[in-house]
Amino acid sequence: MEKYTTYDQDVLVVGAGGSGLRAAISICQAGLSCGIVTKSLLGKAHTVMAEGGAAAALGNMGEPDNWKVHFKDTMKGGRFINNPRIVEIFAKEAPDRVRELEEYGAVFDRTPDGLISQRPFGGHTYRRLNHVGDRTGLELIRTLQDKVVSYKPTVYMEHTLTRLLMDGDRAVGAIGYNRQTGEFVVFKAKAIVFATGGWGRMYKFTSNSWESTGDGAGMAYEAGAELMDMEMVQFHPTGMLWPPGVRGILVTEAVRGDGGILKNNKGERFMFNPEYMPELYKGQYADTEEEGYRWLTDKANNRRPPELLPRDVVSRAIYKEVLAGRGSEHGGIYLDVSQMGAEFIKRRLPSMWEQFYSLGGIDITKQPMEIYPTIHYTMGGIWTEAETCSTSIKGLFAAGESAAGLHGANRLGGNSLTDILVFGKRAGDHASEFAKNADFGKIDSSQIEDEINTLLAPFTNPGKENPFKLTQELQEAMQEGAMIARTEESLTKALNTVMELQERAKSIHVEGDRVYNPGWHTARDIRFMLKTSEIICRCALERKESRGAQWRLDYTDANEEWGKINLIAQRDVDAVKLIHRPVPAMAPELAAMFEEIK
Amino acid sequence: MRDKVTIRLFRGNANGGTETDYEVTTFPGMVVLDAIHQIQGTQDSTVACRWNCKAAKCGSCSAEINGRPRLMCKSHVEDFADSNGLIRVHPLKTFPLIKDLVTDVSINYRTAEKIPPLTVSEDIPRPFKMQQIDVERIQEFRKCIECFLCQDVCHVLRDHNRKDGYFGPRFMIKIAALSMHPLDTGNRLRQLKEEGGIGYCNITKCCEEVCPEHIHLTDNGIIPLKERVADYYYDPLKILIRKIVGPKKK
Repeated sequence: MEKYTTYDQDVLVVGAGGSGLRAAISICQAGLSCGIVTKSLLGKAHTVMAEGGAAAALGNMGEPDNWKVHFKDTMKGGRFINNPRIVEIFAKEAPDRVRELEEYGAVFDRTPDGLISQRPFGGHTYRRLNHVGDRTGLELIRTLQDKVVSYKPTVYMEHTLTRLLMDGDRAVGAIGYNRQTGEFVVFKAKAIVFATGGWGRMYKFTSNSWESTGDGAGMAYEAGAELMDMEMVQFHPTGMLWPPGVRGILVTEAVRGDGGILKNNKGERFMFNPEYMPELYKGQYADTEEEGYRWLTDKANNRRPPELLPRDVVSRAIYKEVLAGRGSEHGGIYLDVSQMGAEFIKRRLPSMWEQFYSLGGIDITKQPMEIYPTIHYTMGGIWTEAETCSTSIKGLFAAGESAAGLHGANRLGGNSLTDILVFGKRAGDHASEFAKNADFGKIDSSQIEDEINTLLAPFTNPGKENPFKLTQELQEAMQEGAMIARTEESLTKALNTVMELQERAKSIHVEGDRVYNPGWHTARDIRFMLKTSEIICRCALERKESRGAQWRLDYTDANEEWGKINLIAQRDVDAVKLIHRPVPAMAPELAAMFEEIK
Repeated sequence: MRDKVTIRLFRGNANGGTETDYEVTTFPGMVVLDAIHQIQGTQDSTVACRWNCKAAKCGSCSAEINGRPRLMCKSHVEDFADSNGLIRVHPLKTFPLIKDLVTDVSINYRTAEKIPPLTVSEDIPRPFKMQQIDVERIQEFRKCIECFLCQDVCHVLRDHNRKDGYFGPRFMIKIAALSMHPLDTGNRLRQLKEEGGIGYCNITKCCEEVCPEHIHLTDNGIIPLKERVADYYYDPLKILIRKIVGPKKK
């Protein structure tokens, strides 16, 4: 058999975005040895792309904000299929996690009183997003990175893991390769934290990087873990549209929070069209453009403009406007913030200004932006238990975008950056507890041998399939059939293509050796992408209703019965088994908070 | 705009390499990173490069385009093609080569480990209160995306290979961000002068010119730090005062 190097760590953290790094801090603080594995260099993970801010009810803006309002907003945004206990923990612990970042060295924007400044965002009742201009994610990851490094854990940069190693029903390690050398590596650990992010790379127009291939969900699924809410993929309303070289790159919601307006080709602020206002939010948003403008300067006496409805609502409205022939030159709509003035824009949205100016050739202080929804985030993921972040596999914990349950059918902007802090810490704490009472377990070497053979196969495979070509075909199929508007027909078509591609993927052939070979890397990544795509399609077909990000043109309404169900996907030999599981009940004191709006 | 351009790409590893020409099909808004991806997808899947966000936010896709350090995701093909439609793309020269456009930048991570984190006194009341005007100047340094283009262009590191003597511009502004933090109580001057090697910088400002985040590394970071070090170590009057009244905390 091929040689491999073995490393032992008390706790292995897979992924070095915000949740992985926050988990690692807790593990180091518990006095355990901690290994962090990342596919990229340290500090490059997807967290860096987050722009608007981290939502936590600090109440710094003179508004009556508290965790209860944050809880309610998050449940509503998720259309009530979120796990209420997870949301409760999240809303209660978010403020502490944000303040802790300041201790670690984060430098947030300030209010006139010298406190952390908070900005408005879609679906949040009050100004709640703690931010640094429009580069909050960078601040967060660098802060956590500096803190982690001070504990001197072992960071395995540019290492990819491809399979969990099991001792019976317990996860005790993982195998993969060093990207720089191609050397195979085996990690043995007493506990494992998956902080592996999402899988937006399956779509053609995406704000996600090459890393978002769903390895974590894929590895967990292969090992028998339960995945949940996989049909829920978020389409961010505002992705860049033109020129094609920038298509899909994110335009932060903070543009709308700071006064940006959406217009169709007739110059209308179409979000004021009552047709787009969901029942759940009626009466809570400005009815007139005048009130919307007044809100910018007087938040206490006016309601926010409907451009700040949750992301799923705005994405659907944009889709319908374009379909009705009211789209922009290149088939999107206009986002205009120029009326706010150049000084304000450059101070509040500096990286947006730079991004449009240098990548798109547009000066947003003078011109509107052309935008269209882009794939942004995956609400679904590995099922986790609320208190401990443990998964359905013993010894495996999950946090952040790779886990499910907090965001339900739609995530509110700003909730992800606090998600990774709150549950990164919890996953790290509880994985440490688990590791203190566990041994290293035994790994039967046939698992290692199997995976090494799988990894090496594309070099000797007689087939001719090109991994990049297959990825492109997959992205086109998912974009076509499993995007914003879905039907039985479109989803079935996408699923059929995915299944064909799964067959063709068996004939992938790559050239070269194992040293930093992107073709070889993609050959393994695409298997995770194909499996995750299959699960997305199957779940989206199964859920015969529209809810949050799942919009079915053949089942346009939310269905009360489906509102009580989370879809679980689990491996059953070679088939995907779907289970209808009741959404956990809300504790009576939490349910009482909703009396007024039900 | 041309329909096609030629990417003259460095291919090789630590043992050496050569330039290879690849013809790529252009499209509006195409950046050099798109061209590299096209080569990977359609001509040679073994071409190695780093990238992540493709939006100039992560600092992964650093390379030398027509001889100058840049982010490939931010460099439009049409701006760089010469009259023959040719663009030269090479790896960062200052760091050891791994393969093609991928270099070993690990020295930067080792340097980062040497810099003590923010140290805030327990006596400072929580939550912290700081004024926007006081944090703005360090927020500029904290915009750094660690693309290491400044490290690549710095002649102390690049031409004189004094990686053993000078931390480099990225880490000068990292220390500046800590040193100018309103609540930091750590004394960072000794590190700046000794292992940090701030004296090596002779303010040619090359680092400022290549910074994709437009950080004024020299003007706002390194020069004020140099002044602090000079004040502390070389001002005879201050040395005398310290001898009489004892050292200040910072």
